[in-house]
Amino acid sequence: MLGEGILKGLKETAKNALGSFVSEERMITVEYPEERHPLPEASRNFPFLVYDGADWEAGLRCVACQICEKECPPKCIYIEKSKDKKPDHVGKLQIYPARFDIDVSVCMSCQICVEVCPFEAIKMNTEFELSTDNRFGGLLFDRKELARSNEYYHQIHPTEAAEVDARLAQEKAAAEAKAKAAAAAAAAKAAAPAPAAAKPAAEAKPAPDAGPKAVKEGEAS
Amino acid sequence: MATTLDQIFVLLKHWIVSFLPVVLQPIAGAVLSVAAIIVVFASLFALTTVLERKGLGRMQNRLGPNRVGPFGLLQPVADGIKALTKEDVVPFHADGVVHFLAPLIFLSAVLMGFAVLPVGRNMQLVDMDAGLLFFFAMGASTELSVFMAGWSSRNKYSLLGAMRAVAQMISYEVPLLMSSVAIIMVSGTLSLPRIVEAQSGYTGVLPHWYVFTPWGFASFILFGIAAFAETNRSPFDLPEGESELVAGYFTEYSGFKFAVFFIAEYLGMFSISGIATTLFLGGWSAPFSFLTVVPSWLWFFAKVMVFICVFIWVRGTLPRLRQDQLMNFAWKFVLPMTLLNLFVAGLWRFMGEGWLRWVVCSAILVAVYVIGGRIQMRRKSFGPRTYRYAE
Repeated sequence: MLGEGILKGLKETAKNALGSFVSEERMITVEYPEERHPLPEASRNFPFLVYDGADWEAGLRCVACQICEKECPPKCIYIEKSKDKKPDHVGKLQIYPARFDIDVSVCMSCQICVEVCPFEAIKMNTEFELSTDNRFGGLLFDRKELARSNEYYHQIHPTEAAEVDARLAQEKAAAEAKAKAAAAAAAAKAAAPAPAAAKPAAEAKPAPDAGPKAVKEGEAS
Repeated sequence: MATTLDQIFVLLKHWIVSFLPVVLQPIAGAVLSVAAIIVVFASLFALTTVLERKGLGRMQNRLGPNRVGPFGLLQPVADGIKALTKEDVVPFHADGVVHFLAPLIFLSAVLMGFAVLPVGRNMQLVDMDAGLLFFFAMGASTELSVFMAGWSSRNKYSLLGAMRAVAQMISYEVPLLMSSVAIIMVSGTLSLPRIVEAQSGYTGVLPHWYVFTPWGFASFILFGIAAFAETNRSPFDLPEGESELVAGYFTEYSGFKFAVFFIAEYLGMFSISGIATTLFLGGWSAPFSFLTVVPSWLWFFAKVMVFICVFIWVRGTLPRLRQDQLMNFAWKFVLPMTLLNLFVAGLWRFMGEGWLRWVVCSAILVAVYVIGGRIQMRRKSFGPRTYRYAE
């Protein structure tokens, strides 16, 4: 009969309206600033810089190779290479970014910087409450604002961070084995005073430019 | 005591007016009444906006606004401040004068309707003999302002919205009037207080409201449908269909002019609810004879709020119609039903007392409703779509 469907619909909405007062599980929304749904693990917003250890400035994985700056489609990254070298968190001398700025008002969250970085130094953050009353400076993040610890990275993207750590460990092991082999070869060549010279070479960290990249390419192929 | 409470506002008015010289008394009384009407219905409007948003929220299993003030009750205040502080943009090519006048005419036409509405015993601004006629005349003139708004904006969405609005309002004006003509036929008067009085008797505890008769119920439903269309409410909100027309005829209105349109629409809702209450639900009379001690104005507003809740309920339930469905429904179903209802009302009037007229009138209406509904719901087969030029 005409109008039956209308009555059925009215019943449905009435049931929902009254039911929302009775049962809590009907309410699908949360009151946002006070309580919030957990973000899905794959969520991403803007990039941040990962650092190891306690000191953010020393621990930055970034070596200012500027690949991300060149690849960034909207050109929102600005990097200034340092003239000098400073020890990183394990004490090895490295070039570091004297300036590393990301204009998040320009960034389009494409994640290309993350994909091209050979040092796992830049990752995507999940922070989204970035609104500010300063239109220009407030959205231009410098390296201090961008720096986040590796623990934080584990917190927001546990699976991805574990993979990255495993890969880094593998690269480190491979580089060490390579260095050891090189040292052993050198030792064999030098023959006599070998053991004393080989030891410091084995302990040294692998050169970051060559080692990881080569391993990565090997993985991809 | 009950009578004092019932007449408290009338007595208050007389008391205030008595301080003034005799010459000024009628004018002062009128001004006071007008002020009271505006204040009461404007605050009811504020309340309704919150009620609507919270009610719709509940229907969608949300909480609705709850930030401004306790339970979000101060939300309309915040909205009002926002509307007042917004920039008032008038399109460069718009017809400035007409653009400015449209919301004012809308609001004043809607407010004029309240002049004849009996909101309680002896509580009526003007006791007109042809009050109902005046009300519908004022209600019909809102169409003018809607078209003014759409035309003067010089915007295709506004114009389309206005065209739709005018087509819809004129189409549904007819069943709206026709369904109330049945009331006039039976009560024999156009005066609204007289119509309320005609329904004020009781059989046992039950009232003699027109909605409790077969023809009255039918015209109540038809009046309700037409009222939804007349006030541009969902499911007949085509003139302002956001998905296709941005905001319809008030697309180019901003700031407080927009707010005036908004207020006027809600006030139109109140006035049509008030007239439906007066015609079918016995106006300010109590629903049971033992409840007559409750002041009459309280009953009137309670009934109006019930109507408002139904408006909100339907808005939360039904999707928007298509233009051709809207027109078909008006001219092919609602209008024939109202005409039949006029006949049934006449039959009721002349069949005399007794149970026979109940059976005959109900049978006619139900039969025609069922058959008409069948015809309306008949599935039309359009066949595969063919194109003449594009292959």
